[in-house]
Amino acid sequence: MDVPVIEISGVTKSFGPVDVLKGIDFKAYGGKVTALVGDNGAGKSTLIKGLAGVQPYDSGVIKFDGEEVQVHSPRQASHLGIEVVYQDLALCENLDIVQNMFLGREEKSQLTLDEASMELQATKALHSLSVRTVKSVRQKVSSLSGGQRQTVAIARSVLRKAKLVVLDEPTAALGVAQTEQVLRLVRSLADSGVAVIIISHNLADVFSVCDEINVLYLGRMVASIKTSETTQADVVGYITGTKSMDGIQK
Amino acid sequence: MTNVQIATGHEGTIRDQVRAYFQRVRSGEMGALPAVGALLVLTLLFASLSPYFLSKLNFANLFVQAAELTMLAAALVFVILLAEIDLSAGVTGGVAMAVFFLTLHAGIFWPIALLAGFAVGAAVGTVIGFFVAKIGVPSFVVTLGFFLGFQGLQLVLLGEGGLFKVDVPEISSIMNENLPAWGGWFMLALIVAVSGAISLWDRARRAKFGLPNRPIGLLFIKLGVMTVLGAATIAVLNLNRSNSVKEIAGVPIVIPVTITILFLGTFLLDRTKFGRHLYAVGGNPEAARRAGIKVAKVRILAFVLCSSLAVVSGLFHVSRLGAVEATAGRQIVLSGVAAAVVGGVSLFGGRGRLIHAALGALVIAIIENGLGLLGLPAGINFLVTGGVLCLAATVDAVSRKRATPGRV
Repeated sequence: MDVPVIEISGVTKSFGPVDVLKGIDFKAYGGKVTALVGDNGAGKSTLIKGLAGVQPYDSGVIKFDGEEVQVHSPRQASHLGIEVVYQDLALCENLDIVQNMFLGREEKSQLTLDEASMELQATKALHSLSVRTVKSVRQKVSSLSGGQRQTVAIARSVLRKAKLVVLDEPTAALGVAQTEQVLRLVRSLADSGVAVIIISHNLADVFSVCDEINVLYLGRMVASIKTSETTQADVVGYITGTKSMDGIQK
Repeated sequence: MTNVQIATGHEGTIRDQVRAYFQRVRSGEMGALPAVGALLVLTLLFASLSPYFLSKLNFANLFVQAAELTMLAAALVFVILLAEIDLSAGVTGGVAMAVFFLTLHAGIFWPIALLAGFAVGAAVGTVIGFFVAKIGVPSFVVTLGFFLGFQGLQLVLLGEGGLFKVDVPEISSIMNENLPAWGGWFMLALIVAVSGAISLWDRARRAKFGLPNRPIGLLFIKLGVMTVLGAATIAVLNLNRSNSVKEIAGVPIVIPVTITILFLGTFLLDRTKFGRHLYAVGGNPEAARRAGIKVAKVRILAFVLCSSLAVVSGLFHVSRLGAVEATAGRQIVLSGVAAAVVGGVSLFGGRGRLIHAALGALVIAIIENGLGLLGLPAGINFLVTGGVLCLAATVDAVSRKRATPGRV
């Protein structure tokens, strides 16, 4: 069996008297799309913020590519190759696609920006994801649709050579056709060898694109199963707490 | 996997490029277009109403009159791009010139006194930027405070009396002297050569990376238009425009000075990391922060640039008057904001260029100049300028709405 790109074990986090994460074990493999589902308040966001270094865990072990690591700041996470695409995407609408993809990491030749090199790399990154919905890489983000914006945000993580990409509700605000596009994009991102974690409420999306499903229920991981070995009804059962998986629940 | 080519906006014939441009305009990216339109309309209007408007003397005066305003509007662009404002820009220039005068008066060599003035500008910008970026006081309030306080400081520094003569020929020559005829032509040649060289260098780099380039004909057309318009302007300015015996001819020295500063500022905004980060912070500060941009540093630097360029505007004022006055910079700052907005700089932040400020300043200067020639009272001038500003701000708000399509 491969070494997982990310493996966390026994992770806890509490805010004052509230234990939000009560000893979580979780793995995600390169080339696989791993879903993280659970009802509101189950601890999904807290789990992800720990990986992103925004809000470090209280205790537990994080292994990245099999090596134990510390993630105490977004910079550290980014340095390891962890990129989180938040729901609000964090794009500058007044800048174009290339400028957004290189935001904060602009390349220079001598003193000035190296536009040509950045444009070429951005185009390559979009190609590697088989993106074909974008008209021009020099389009302003303000003129893009929701799905196209998601595309730009995801392609940015490719450009940063991320090994683990976390997508927070990537399809929540999208229509049917655009959801389809983004899911296809997620698939090609994973096919390029990246470990992808998707947080989603939409089980139809989860079943159509994810290889593995992890269910959080009140701060515990109540199920970690292959998509092919379960059904939507079962997963709903895990999410709502009416069903549990033997051997995983502590 | 079929590889569909993603365009870069550089493909296609000249006709495709022109079509793409109009498409951008229709989708709300109007840029300087309304200002250019206003310039043409106002020029035709005043030319038909007053025989003096297009006279050689008035033509040259227009540029000189617009120079102070252009520089102040350009200064304000740096903070308006961040969706901030600096109401104190005018009086900051005034205070800096007061310090310049006092230093000069103490018997210090004028370039050093001038440096002292610029140091004051930079320091004021740093303080304002600190209040805005680090403490989080709205820039409107901080700079309103400075606006009021500095009116007082000017009076304290200079005493109550009106004008204080500055007798430095180098400084008064900026607004009052002209280049020799060959100087104007040399300036034009330099401008065309530099723009051509930059474009060719960009093309070479794109070609090196295998990226498509716009048709080279487009570059020749651009340079051609530039040469023709520039040559016509310089030819007129090189004619004797004096009404008396002493000849007055040539390009006013303030024009190359202004163009150089606008060029350097544009270079900073378009081609450096700082410029890119300034636009990013103006567009979406949170996104900029998450991308690792030091947002506070960018904000402070923007205020420093604004205050420093405001000092240049103050210097132009002193050069024109040949004197420092204690009330300098009170009124011009609002015209400066108006000029930037009329030129197409968005008050919502993130959109606008220095050339827009220059065009807007020309529009405001033409209104003032034209109405003055028609002998209308000053009240009308304020009314018209205010109306134009409201119109421009409305265009800005509407085009911004159009540029943001409904989310899917």
